[in-house]
Amino acid sequence: MKKIQRLEMKDICKSFHGIHANKDINLYVKSGEILGLLGENGAGKTTLMNILYGLYQPDSGQIEVNGSPIRINSPVESITHGIGMVHQHFMLVQNHSVLENIALGYKDTPFFFPKIQLRKRVEEFSKQFDFKMDLDQKVWQLSAGEQQRIEIIKALLNGADLLILDEPTSVLTPLEIKELISILRQMKAEGHMIIFISHKLDEIMDICDRVTVLQKGQIVGHADTADTDKKSLARMMVGRDVVFNIEKETLAQGKKVLSVQNIHVMGDKGMPAVKGVSFELFENEIFGVAGVAGNGQRELAEAITGIRKINSGTVVMNEKDITNKSPRHIYDNGVAHVPEERIRFGIAPGLFLYDNAILKQHHLKKFSKRYFLKYSQVKDHTKTIVKDFQVATHSIHNQIRNLSGGNIQKLILGREISEQPRLLVASHPTYGLDVGATQFLREHLLALRKQGSSVLLFSEDLEEIFELCDRVAVIFGGEFMGILNSDDKRLSDIGLMMAGSKETETQTSNHAI
Amino acid sequence: MIKITTSDRYNITPLRSLMTNVFSLAAGLVVISIIFLVAGVNPLYAISEIFMGSFGSFYGFKETVTKAIPLILIGAGLTLAFRAKFWNIGAEGQLLMGAIFSTWTGLTFGNILPSYLIVPLIFFAGFLGGALWGIIPAILKIKYSINEVISTLMLNYICAEFLTMLIVGPWKGNTRFGFPGTNNLPEAAILGVIPGSRIHYATLILSIVCAIILCVVIYKTRFGYETRVVGENPDAGKYAGIDFLKTSVILMAVSGGLAGFAGVGEIAGIHHYLGYPASVSSGYGFTAIIVAWLAKLNPLYAIVSGIFFAGILVGGDAIQISLGLPAATVEIVNGTLLIFLIMGDYFLNHKLSIRFSSKSKG
Amino acid sequence: MEEIIISTLQRTMIAGTPLLLATTGEIICERSGILNLGVEGVMAVGAVVAFIVTFTTGQPWLGVLAAVAAGMTISVIHAFASITLQANQVVSGLALTMLGLGLSGMLGKPYVGKPLTIKMDDLAIPYLSDIPYIGKIFFLQSPFFYLAIFLAFAAWFLLERTLLGIQIRSTGENPQATETQGVNVFRIRYLCVLIGGGFSALAGAHLSISYSKSWIEGMTAGRGWIAIALTIFALWNPGRAIWAAFLFGGIFVVQYLMQPLGISPNFLSMLPYIATLLILLLISLKDPKKLNAPAMLAAPYNRGER
Repeated sequence: MKKIQRLEMKDICKSFHGIHANKDINLYVKSGEILGLLGENGAGKTTLMNILYGLYQPDSGQIEVNGSPIRINSPVESITHGIGMVHQHFMLVQNHSVLENIALGYKDTPFFFPKIQLRKRVEEFSKQFDFKMDLDQKVWQLSAGEQQRIEIIKALLNGADLLILDEPTSVLTPLEIKELISILRQMKAEGHMIIFISHKLDEIMDICDRVTVLQKGQIVGHADTADTDKKSLARMMVGRDVVFNIEKETLAQGKKVLSVQNIHVMGDKGMPAVKGVSFELFENEIFGVAGVAGNGQRELAEAITGIRKINSGTVVMNEKDITNKSPRHIYDNGVAHVPEERIRFGIAPGLFLYDNAILKQHHLKKFSKRYFLKYSQVKDHTKTIVKDFQVATHSIHNQIRNLSGGNIQKLILGREISEQPRLLVASHPTYGLDVGATQFLREHLLALRKQGSSVLLFSEDLEEIFELCDRVAVIFGGEFMGILNSDDKRLSDIGLMMAGSKETETQTSNHAI
Repeated sequence: MIKITTSDRYNITPLRSLMTNVFSLAAGLVVISIIFLVAGVNPLYAISEIFMGSFGSFYGFKETVTKAIPLILIGAGLTLAFRAKFWNIGAEGQLLMGAIFSTWTGLTFGNILPSYLIVPLIFFAGFLGGALWGIIPAILKIKYSINEVISTLMLNYICAEFLTMLIVGPWKGNTRFGFPGTNNLPEAAILGVIPGSRIHYATLILSIVCAIILCVVIYKTRFGYETRVVGENPDAGKYAGIDFLKTSVILMAVSGGLAGFAGVGEIAGIHHYLGYPASVSSGYGFTAIIVAWLAKLNPLYAIVSGIFFAGILVGGDAIQISLGLPAATVEIVNGTLLIFLIMGDYFLNHKLSIRFSSKSKG
Repeated sequence: MEEIIISTLQRTMIAGTPLLLATTGEIICERSGILNLGVEGVMAVGAVVAFIVTFTTGQPWLGVLAAVAAGMTISVIHAFASITLQANQVVSGLALTMLGLGLSGMLGKPYVGKPLTIKMDDLAIPYLSDIPYIGKIFFLQSPFFYLAIFLAFAAWFLLERTLLGIQIRSTGENPQATETQGVNVFRIRYLCVLIGGGFSALAGAHLSISYSKSWIEGMTAGRGWIAIALTIFALWNPGRAIWAAFLFGGIFVVQYLMQPLGISPNFLSMLPYIATLLILLLISLKDPKKLNAPAMLAAPYNRGER
């Protein structure tokens, strides 16, 4: 197959259930260039790239390589055309070794003894890009950065001229991001072309040569990064000026609500995930836990809310020991929970909206009398949530699986806030929401804080952390690297802490986030 | 080129659900006809014989109602278990255990107590037997994560052997035509029947009442709510603070207990003694799985689907005699209908559109 | 005494053979992510087809081939329902078992009680069968015994040492990821369900033309279900399946040994089923995370665009 010099997508349209995901998309990318694809969550970036990768077929429009049209019916065909893709959620088999994963994706893997024959090739190849990894390790034992490198190796081994990276930095530490950028620059120098999908302006400005901005499935602008600035890109992306500054009142810290002492928790694979974390939480406070995904945030949240067993240490809520108590007992002691994987934990997909609106609350006196549920109250309650939280649904007699992710998230948040919890444990509450909904949810969190509750907020979005939190802890490898007040100067070192360096004496640093 | 695309269907009306079931059964009957044809039997005649034999005559219909009793009881119980995705395949064993418990109670107290005491007592004993046998897999599943399909099945075999051990050993009574069995239950422990039939009406009423109560339980109570949540998404159940052990034990006690009721009906209503497992139950525990599935896991509908499958059992017996087909014929009919029912679910949940396009593969 | 031990062990190997065959097939099937509860029914179909063909043609191997073909054919039902139509795999498998048991009863009715005159002779491996004790136990056996051992090793080789094996295991672990690597998940799963069906039918063929040399309705006696339990016990590894299956073969044989001791035969018949529960209990004491079950076992895979 001839090397791709220039790839062009022309008038691409794609719709799902009559809703446009992509409309009249035109873009191109040429050899030795990094194209940024910028847009909010849900703008249609991933759909567009899945079309290019052969996972979806466009309804109309065509793809041209070096000026001649091609059809890409499947990922295999896109690989033979020289297109490789690193998905946001890595397409790796967690329980298999690195080598087995590469063998699965490599187009020339021999049928017999695939691992023996592939090993040498992969080793040579990783030397070329200075990748170091143990090929016999299971993928789940690796960090997100290492997993991403496997994906890049897979694409390059297959001879990809064009590499698509979907939100590649979302799971990386700042240090790993730097490494990724240097790899991308090396590839660019060797004549590869790269499409870099992101919703983060800084990265786009930093890495890309050109940028194409998507909004609601349509292209709203192209620019050379040299000729533009963050502000105008932001305006293009959102379609209006972005006002991210939410009024946060200064409130005095209230009484102690939660006290976590030296807890240790195991992860899914039986490895320690939280190692000796201690902190306290007070009324009128939002306490943020910043960190790159997979450093023990999920396990910590689940341990506090009773879903996961605590191996040692104590959790005390309002002076009552709730360590390893049942989730219902903990809820009854005032702890509400917006889980990280909302589809996995937060809903019963086949049940109606109103069933889901009382998932954690159905045992309360309000909703049940002896053995029976009071459905009329339940329905009224649901209607209130739907109204207050602007959940878009035609009826509360609707299976919740029919709602979009954002609306499900709103219902869960509404449900968890509705009973005025003393403590709300919220994991990535705004992940995947559009700007309007994000702002709306953030205001609700602040309102909760004002009413005297406390919020334990897990987020990967530093902007969100800075905007909302009174205090911030940085988690790495299951440990807190430090707990900082929102006015602490050391916050500028948060990037280093996220990569595992402990809280240090304040040094004036110049790489502000 | 013909292109078939599918998409999710969002609004499923009860009518569409019913029609899908009807079409699935019809498609199943077509395949069954082919099997009959291959076996050298005129399928139209065979199928009409099945339905004439069960619904076409007064005698047949009485038999159908008789056989519907255990199917409704067990089928309704299974709808509850299946709602929680607890795959109870052990209703056959739970029925037998109910039969064992009630036989013991009847033989022991039947001569001492008056009828109005002994009858409730044997029903209680039967429920207890089935429930205990049902709770075992619930505990094994929640405490030791043992797959309930395997454990319930193994318990079926164990119970059948245990029953046989009893009737050839310590409980051995009158032999009938060379087959072992216990002595007959005392008169007081025997259920009344509608004159001229084998319909033991007490159990029939019980089965319908149970189905109605279960329907209320599933849709109106906290326990039913928790059962549905666990079945829809166990992780959400955990998050919601639902006690899995408690929920599973209760629902299996109910599911097993209803199968135990069915066992009481067979012993005290029909046979009046405990004989070989195959004579106590003609596979009701398995047929009831299809009953529950056809009822779309709604216990109220299990009344209708129970009668339907009882008809197939009765009609199956009829064609065995008139057409000389083996007993296994009913199993073929059941298996085929179940396959088509679950296949039908796909067309209920998905919209199919067929497009003719002139585009060739490029 | 010596004689008894040797003949017991010899019979253990024969009794374990169908379990090994069916377990190996189920392991391949489950490794691709499809739970097939139809083993019992397919085994019955295999048994009856092998018997009928052998009885009428006098060619045991033709009977075996016919059984495998029939087993694969009937397994298509489960494959279509659970893969293409994404139906509930538990119920679909049960339906297959009902259908299989029914079909076997219908097809076999004219042959009940008829003895097979053409026997599948035991195969003595030259030289090895002359080794004292061991020779008789391991090298003077039904051809099915050798076949089962060979196929178990072959299955291990397939899963662990070939590209197809990686594709099968990946399909069971993460079908989405596997599909994006250009592997046809549907095709892999169909293949594995069919292979599993073939193995189950082979196990049935052994029962009817080598083990008991006659056809009786219900002769599979729950062996298919035990094979499903053994799949868990073997931790989805065909190598472990070998000793797991023969351990259970031993339990089947011990029943007959203990009969003269005056223990109720019905109690002895319970043993394999009780042992199955005990062994699952034993396995559960192990750390469930190390159980190695395919991550996406029994979860329907929706390939469609979202």
